[in-house]
Amino acid sequence: MNVTGFWAMGGYARYVWPCVALALGILVWNIWSARRHHARALASAARAIAMAGSERA
Amino acid sequence: MPTWFYRLASPPYVYRVAARFAPWLLAGAGLLIVYGLVDGLAFTPPDYQQGDAFRIIYVHVPASALSVMAYTFMAVAAAIGLIWRIKVAFAVAAAAAPIGASFTLLTLVTGSLWGRPMWGTYWAWDPRLTSELILLFLYFGVMSLRVAFEDPSRGDRAAALLAVVGVVNVPIIHFSVVWWNSLHQGATILKLGTPAIDASMRWPLYASLLGFMLFFGGVLCLRLRGEVLQRERLATWVREAVRP
Repeated sequence: MNVTGFWAMGGYARYVWPCVALALGILVWNIWSARRHHARALASAARAIAMAGSERA
Repeated sequence: MPTWFYRLASPPYVYRVAARFAPWLLAGAGLLIVYGLVDGLAFTPPDYQQGDAFRIIYVHVPASALSVMAYTFMAVAAAIGLIWRIKVAFAVAAAAAPIGASFTLLTLVTGSLWGRPMWGTYWAWDPRLTSELILLFLYFGVMSLRVAFEDPSRGDRAAALLAVVGVVNVPIIHFSVVWWNSLHQGATILKLGTPAIDASMRWPLYASLLGFMLFFGGVLCLRLRGEVLQRERLATWVREAVRP
């Protein structure tokens, strides 16, 4: 398959490529979202610990 | 029962183990998905009837298998949480829900984009499509119910109950193409006996399937760390973990 034929996907490019793009987008979103969730939980835990420390003092 | 099984109920143990497993699972997933997509999109011959449109299966089939597997996994974790009152099990169920929902959405959109050239329509109220749409609503219901209560433990229990009840939809999705007249084709590879797909098309599909499963494991580990930390933020072990 040549490069033009590959991108054309036998006339089905407008169906195939959006599927691939969405799949890659969802894979990336999952990693980004999970990392952000963890970072927020870390920040929230650090805040809670700092507050508990200041209350004790 | 081995001791590692009991340790899975311990939040600090799960937090540490998840950090250890996530990069390996994601690296394996990355390699398999890249191989599956490159081989499936560029080197596999076109289908004799569907032409190149069939290549959508390299994302659609793994996403649909994962959507159902993630729900079953979430329901099992929810049941464990309800029966044995293990807090980590509720965290696992909570972590699995958004991942499963995103892959259910991917299944529906890719199926719709495949349906347009093959069936002549983006959507039909077909048993397989409808039951998959119900799966998406179940995921949304579980996620919404969990945060709908002021008391997080009540939210966990309510969401877990819905997850367990909703698992009845899983066999309906799988057997919908057998039980009813369906536009959707029957099982091609996820069935007993010889797969009804040529080997040249099958191997990249297997790679992509396994890659998506490993990806679920890796992202679940990442998300579970956040979930456990959020629930345990006042625990002593968190102080050690958060300390810079």
